[in-house]
Amino acid sequence: MLTNAILVAFALVGLAVLLSFIRLIKGPDMPDRILALDTLYINAIALLILLGIYLRSPLYFEAALLIAVMGFMGTLALSKYLLRGDIME
Amino acid sequence: MLDILLALLILLGSFFTLVGSIGLFKLPDFYMRLHGPTKASTLGVGAILVASAIYFSTQTGHLSLHEILVTLFLFITAPVSAHLMAKAAIHIKVRQIKRTRQTDATK
Repeated sequence: MLTNAILVAFALVGLAVLLSFIRLIKGPDMPDRILALDTLYINAIALLILLGIYLRSPLYFEAALLIAVMGFMGTLALSKYLLRGDIME
Repeated sequence: MLDILLALLILLGSFFTLVGSIGLFKLPDFYMRLHGPTKASTLGVGAILVASAIYFSTQTGHLSLHEILVTLFLFITAPVSAHLMAKAAIHIKVRQIKRTRQTDATK
């Protein structure tokens, strides 16, 4: 029951990753690409947590937390770069 | 019983993650696309993390709080990053369709 649900969830989240990746390549403007990257790292967190439940191992939360922190920093830096032309002034 | 609850939570979470990405893929301009991924980051990842918290709490016997940390962090940072992206889009005057409301800032 749980294993099947996780396999279906893998498929759904994988499709979500694919869609946001297409937006990352296509995205007509820079903010679209930043938004697609933001969505990609959120999808990666979901995939990692699902993998953690699937393999019954609590090891993957640290990686998920690290991706959350670093992804936020990346979004912040890219938006700041578009806004000011410089990351730190 | 617990299995069914966990399966429902996981399916709900992955469904909303997919809805967020479909929104990102299909909606016509940037200000609309900004709405899509918020569903993925709040309800989608939120439900999956709750399922994981319940699973590992029952598995190990003591309370598992890593997930709450990730959820809390995502819930705090999502509005900040959305705000900054919208500000950047307004600043570089990103293209928009006619239906999106024009304001002094986005003209």
